[in-house]
Amino acid sequence: MFSLRGISKAYDGVSAIDGCDLDVTPQRTTVLIGPSGCGKSTLLRLMIGLTSPDAGEVHFGKTPMTLDSAPGLRQRMGYVIQDGGLFPHLTAEANVTLMATYLGWETERVRSRVHELANLTQLPETALGRYPVELSGGQRQRVSLMRALMLDPDVLLLDEPLGALDPMIRFDLQSDLREIFETLKKTVVMVTHDMAEAVFFGDAIVLLRDGRIVQAGSFDQLRHAPEDEFVTRFLRAQRLPEVNPA
Amino acid sequence: MTPCRSLAAAAILFALCVPGSSATAQETDLRPVQVGSKNFTENVLLGEMATLLIRTDGLPASHREAIGGTRVVFDALVAGDIDIYPEYTGTLKHEILADLELETQNDLRDALAERGLLLGPALGFQNNYALGMKARRADELGIRNISDLVRYPKLVFRFGNEFMDRRDGWPVLRDRYRLPQSDVRGVDHDIAYRGIDSGGADLIDLYTTDAEISYYGLRALEDDLGHFPSYEAVWLLRNDLLERAPDVIETLSQIGGQISEPDMIAMNARVKLDKTPAGLVAANFLRDRLGIRASFELESDLARFWRCTVEHLTLVGVSLGAAILVSIPLGIAAARHRRLGRLILSSVGVIQTIPSLALLVFMIPLLGIGGPPAMVALFLYSLLPVVRNTHAGLSGIPIQLRESAEALGLPPNARLRRIELPLAMPSILAGIKTSAVINVGTATLGALVGAGGYGQPILTGIRLDDVNLILQGAVPAAVLALLVQGFFDVTERVTVPKGLQLEAR
Repeated sequence: MFSLRGISKAYDGVSAIDGCDLDVTPQRTTVLIGPSGCGKSTLLRLMIGLTSPDAGEVHFGKTPMTLDSAPGLRQRMGYVIQDGGLFPHLTAEANVTLMATYLGWETERVRSRVHELANLTQLPETALGRYPVELSGGQRQRVSLMRALMLDPDVLLLDEPLGALDPMIRFDLQSDLREIFETLKKTVVMVTHDMAEAVFFGDAIVLLRDGRIVQAGSFDQLRHAPEDEFVTRFLRAQRLPEVNPA
Repeated sequence: MTPCRSLAAAAILFALCVPGSSATAQETDLRPVQVGSKNFTENVLLGEMATLLIRTDGLPASHREAIGGTRVVFDALVAGDIDIYPEYTGTLKHEILADLELETQNDLRDALAERGLLLGPALGFQNNYALGMKARRADELGIRNISDLVRYPKLVFRFGNEFMDRRDGWPVLRDRYRLPQSDVRGVDHDIAYRGIDSGGADLIDLYTTDAEISYYGLRALEDDLGHFPSYEAVWLLRNDLLERAPDVIETLSQIGGQISEPDMIAMNARVKLDKTPAGLVAANFLRDRLGIRASFELESDLARFWRCTVEHLTLVGVSLGAAILVSIPLGIAAARHRRLGRLILSSVGVIQTIPSLALLVFMIPLLGIGGPPAMVALFLYSLLPVVRNTHAGLSGIPIQLRESAEALGLPPNARLRRIELPLAMPSILAGIKTSAVINVGTATLGALVGAGGYGQPILTGIRLDDVNLILQGAVPAAVLALLVQGFFDVTERVTVPKGLQLEAR
């Protein structure tokens, strides 16, 4: 789905990504994980073209991500960030339908899609008419997910989507999210710093450190065949109980 | 969307008003004779008299009173903004056309003809410059002649602003008499009289027909070296007025030589000291002296209030509307391109530092007198708050929101329209509100260049020492500022998206 080749990116001379190659498998959930500042969010932003690499190429399918191709490609991606990134001046529904309305969808089509997504994300229909400040944190993330899914994109990109939620709400939303991913069979790329969450979601886990990919593979591979002493240290630092992925 | 609608209204207002300043050829024939006057009582009174006379002879005429100082009014005549005004020969020879060093009356006529101007009939009196002191103080010090002043270097001199730098004014007078005084400053001519009366000045410049001279017990000092020329009152008019109104000279000749110096002093006193409206004093003189029944309609306070309100609102509406239309795109450009932004913000900042009085006067050579120069000056003043707040509002949008809009795949213009401008709306409106309130206040200065508005009663009130008249301008201006503020408070509630007005829960 995504292929990144020889990507490097520096901000003000400080390297954020330093020579990364990555292929994202379609219809699987890939989790980017690593300590703060390892470049995992930057990698996600490179995929959606919010930032462009200093060296290397990002391809979405067969199309290279460029300034010109980005707006079109983005309509085939959904993007959710930590606090939802909802527009405060629009109601939940207007946030969700913004792009569809811009593209000139018919009212009926918009309405049925919103209804469908509200069911999928279990957002009460009454919440649709509220403004973001009137919603709870969990509701905001559900609305944000609806907005990301509105155009039925091929890919979902999620940057710490549950990072700002308290543990109970987070637990519920994790279950709902995984269910949604399984139902939709979308390609998902998720950034998190929480290994338990990575294990819960990730078909593939990509561990980054200092802008480089240390190891990419399943949790078992990381646990039993670490390519680097850092992998072991990282896993240990997360104080995981013995996990048996279902 | 409501902001769009109000912008459109402002645009229409602007389009309607601006072409109004350029009359077409056909309209020119129907244009009333424009009488002008300088900003002191006698000149305004004579302007009223000319207007009444011309109207009595069946021509439409209007009086643009107290447009400004000598230079402003003369330039307005040359530019054709006015057709006629009362002037003084000494001022023409020794101030306006001083460079030409004209000797005789014929030289003066030739010089004026070259500028398309014509010296009309003389009025009969002279209004000369003189230096005046309180008679008692002059007696104490034994001062009779200007030469006597040399012995008293500590005396405080206060001169009308125009006299301070006229070619026949203070600098030349000082050199001629070798006057040693150093505490010499300019004040408003009318305020100078109050200054000398309260002891704040020892000596001021007088116009010899001023009513205040006897009222305040002043004595004009003898010009023993003959510095001051004679200032014979005359009508000064444009040659082309004779094509439109061939009889105008004959009309004005009716009062040719009829006004003596005591007549003029008495009339000035009626206006200045008895607070009789200048038009009424002029009409009475025409009736009593010449048997001309001029119909003078005193403008009621209400009618004046209404006229000033319309003028003021037009000044504010056009200038502010145009400023909004220009500032918001400038603010957007400034927010999008950092280097261009610095240039834009510093340019509009520099404009704001030009003193408003100076800016108004700079506009006169370009746009003449009246509404247009005032509107342009107000327009320029209104730019900074809106540009700056548009820029700040757009720049202050959190990066997550800007990127969320980008990540959705909205192209830049759609992001601007649907996301960025609505989010910046509270800041933009705050800027417009600031501009509007400043604009309403500054528009009172428009009266200095003949634009009317609430500034006119204020200026006339200062000239006539009439607090009531000053308040008739100052109070509505303040109330209007409050109303404008209230209007934008309501607009804010309507146009700022509801989601931005809610408290986070």
